[in-house]
Amino acid sequence: MGLYLASLLAGLLMGSGLAIAQMINPEKVIAFLDFAGNWDPSLAVVLCAALAVSFIGYRLTIGRDQPLLANAFHIPDRRDIDMPLVAGAAIFGIGWGLGGYCPGPAIGAISLGLWEPLIFVAAMLVGSFLYGLLTRQR
Amino acid sequence: MENFTPYSAAAGGALIGLGAALLLFFNGRIAGISGIINGSLTQPKGDTLWRILFIAGLVLGAGAVVWTTPLAFIPRTGFSPILVIAAGLLVGFGTRMGSGCTSGHGVCGLARMSPRSLIATLTFVATGAVTVFIVRQVVGG
Repeated sequence: MGLYLASLLAGLLMGSGLAIAQMINPEKVIAFLDFAGNWDPSLAVVLCAALAVSFIGYRLTIGRDQPLLANAFHIPDRRDIDMPLVAGAAIFGIGWGLGGYCPGPAIGAISLGLWEPLIFVAAMLVGSFLYGLLTRQR
Repeated sequence: MENFTPYSAAAGGALIGLGAALLLFFNGRIAGISGIINGSLTQPKGDTLWRILFIAGLVLGAGAVVWTTPLAFIPRTGFSPILVIAAGLLVGFGTRMGSGCTSGHGVCGLARMSPRSLIATLTFVATGAVTVFIVRQVVGG
């Protein structure tokens, strides 16, 4: 039970943070990526502030035997740089620049009650599904 | 740079970082949104409820701000639905292929100093910037 409440709480904190920082506004995200235009560094401040807090939180957590409410940590252990990592990140970046949405803000933006974030999230699920199909056939 | 909003960005960013830190501390999980969504479709049933609650929290958390305070921006209208769909497909495909998005690589991955996340973050910011440059300066010019 506590585990589920903690998930909800983490989502609430991150969702409210994304809204307060206006990251649910795709035009603000595009303005950060628009280095040649009217550049808006806000997203860099969001990332740095998030990192400052998560870095300290992770320091206090990693190294403990187990998380407070679960049996084990689920932390990726790969350190190699491979083609899917770089190509995937590159493809993601193109879509990010095109629409101004990445997954978290797009889901938060659903709260605006507009079609655009819903269409984006639906397409995003299809894109992920397509990659799954592609890799299963190999 | 008159559109720069450092205070709300710092406050919002701190809340995002706090949520990510709590998810690891309490549940042992990385708060990567794309990974949490993908896992809700691909992982066994017992592993889905926490993901759904987290995603519901994202919508409700953003909604708590959007529904109670005056919106700090004018929502975009008239943006091409074809572009929205293309962007969504690319983001879904790319984040699955590259094992993460802005939150998973950018916030959580960098917080644990993962070399993979550093490369991924530099890559998606670079291709995102190039894409915006092409759309705004070359096509939109």
